[in-house]
Amino acid sequence: MIATTVRLGVSRIGNEVRSYFRQGDSVFFTFLFPLLMLTIFSTAFSAQSFGTDDNGDSLSAASYYLPGMLAAGLLLSGVQNLAIDIAVERGDGTLKRLAGTPLPVVSYFIGKLGQVLVTGAAQAVLLLVVARVVFGVDLPTTAAAWSTFAWVFLLGVTTSAVLGIALSRIPRTGKSATAVIIPITLVLQFISGVYLAFTDLPTWLQNVASVFPLKWMAQGMRSVFLPSGFERLEQGEVWNLGGVALVTGLWLVVGLVICRVTFRWIRKDG
Amino acid sequence: MTPPDSAVSVRDLRKTYGSVDALHDVSFDIARGETFALLGPNGAGKSTTIEILEGYRDRTGGAAEVLGVDPGRGGTDWKARLGIVLQSTGESGSATVREQLTHFAGFYPNPRNVDEVIEAVGLQEKQKTLIRKLSGGQRRRIDVALGIIGNPELLFLDEPTTGFDPEARRQFWQLILALKDEGTTILLTTHYLDEAARLSDRAGIIAGGSLIEVGAIDEIGGAEARTPVVRWIEDGVARSERTTEPSRLVAELVDRHGGAEVPQLEVVRPSLEDVYLELVERFDSSARDAASLHAAALDTTPNGGVR
Ligand SMILES: Nc1ncnc2c1ncn2[C@@H]1O[C@H](COP(=O)(O)OP(=O)(O)OP(=O)(O)O)[C@@H](O)[C@H]1O
Ligand SMILES: [Mg+2]
Repeated sequence: MIATTVRLGVSRIGNEVRSYFRQGDSVFFTFLFPLLMLTIFSTAFSAQSFGTDDNGDSLSAASYYLPGMLAAGLLLSGVQNLAIDIAVERGDGTLKRLAGTPLPVVSYFIGKLGQVLVTGAAQAVLLLVVARVVFGVDLPTTAAAWSTFAWVFLLGVTTSAVLGIALSRIPRTGKSATAVIIPITLVLQFISGVYLAFTDLPTWLQNVASVFPLKWMAQGMRSVFLPSGFERLEQGEVWNLGGVALVTGLWLVVGLVICRVTFRWIRKDG
Repeated sequence: MTPPDSAVSVRDLRKTYGSVDALHDVSFDIARGETFALLGPNGAGKSTTIEILEGYRDRTGGAAEVLGVDPGRGGTDWKARLGIVLQSTGESGSATVREQLTHFAGFYPNPRNVDEVIEAVGLQEKQKTLIRKLSGGQRRRIDVALGIIGNPELLFLDEPTTGFDPEARRQFWQLILALKDEGTTILLTTHYLDEAARLSDRAGIIAGGSLIEVGAIDEIGGAEARTPVVRWIEDGVARSERTTEPSRLVAELVDRHGGAEVPQLEVVRPSLEDVYLELVERFDSSARDAASLHAAALDTTPNGGVR
């Protein structure tokens, strides 16, 4: 039983990843979007300094924006991608078709999580390679930094995927999905320190953003990629990785509960 | 309640959508290995019935059993024994024909061979094409292919041949007859009465949410409705007569014409379509009578307040 569920889940992952890359809009708006933004910011602000590290070297725009774009990638690959994707699948009859087969719901979820994990990882690698090769960003060299990156990425991508599944209930039709979901993710990106420096925001807005996980994922990424000394720009002047784990982890639990309670293959009689 | 050899058993099935009364008092059985056609006009309640049996919709009342299980509670083991072709589908179709069928075959414990299924629905040439690039009728064939890929004991077909060209329809008939030979139980809805007559053993006719007739294909509607009709033209007027002895009538006519050709002579045995149309027409006119009686009753309401 469990073996079948897992085997089918793995076969779903292959199917999901393939169809993700065959859909032009998902490739552009979720996969390549952070890369596009990194390119724009790095080029537009190339002459500008974003502060100096402890050695007095100044930080380039690309180095400054890279962690934010990695965090945005987590949000887009998980929340935005899945919330829209599943709402569309509910609208166009894909879910209804699957509901009539012996495919377990859990296998379907494994497929979606796997899709987000694979595409999110590919996206992160692409961002890192372009940042290094094209924009000359110095990447961290310590094992400690990369292990922080690994857990922030894994926790962030999983939470984001689960929240995407939970949010897929909100759009009432597949056609309205983009219009309902994109404003949510866009506002979050603006208030969470992805495009705008977090510390430049008014305190009340920082507090609002701190309720949501994106702010914490971005902070976790900054702790990996920004030079030491930059933690002084954060709230409380520390990276606060404990806070990153706590808030993101709480959202993971909340998302799982919502999925468990609300997910249905189809709206019966809908 | 269920006879042991029946695959589907429905008793007093009822379904309301808000204030719309979509189904009432529908009862029928489908024996194992039988092909049963559910016929009726648009909006009669065919898809409602079939989707209740597939587990997609909750019933408002009555009892239903499908392969010994209440369809409202069927789990994955139960679904593994069913094949479902829905009336309408419209997925994005970003897999190829072969990829999609191979993927779905993996869901079932004992699936059919993918190549054989692709061939059975005539999509060999298109097996490497993305489903979204197929024509409407070709996409419909994918629906049928996905319905049979799991090697089902019971196959639901809700207007499966919509959009098929005549050749594809014949090919589909061959496929269904082969499944039937293998013992598959089939519940079919269709608006092509020739298709229903060709494929099914029994049929139920549903109109206005109730089952108005059930019977074997060649008996439905009763002997009266199946009586042959002789048509001819006499003195410039089209004539027709129902008779159980058409040969005798024709002989008489020939006599009357002094052995000459009788103009436009034909003997017509009512097809399932003729019988169906007559039954539905009878139902409609009795519904109209009931409605006008009702309206008349309202008209005579004291003070005439209603209208
Ligand atoms: N989800 C729904 N909500 C409200 N009313 C519905 C719903 N589905 C069907 N109905 C109503 O129930 C009645 C029966 O519909 P159904 O789809 O079962 O008809 P059908 O016999 O399959 O017709 P067709 O030949 O057009 O497919 C119709 O009056 C229809 O308007
Ligand atoms: Mg229908």
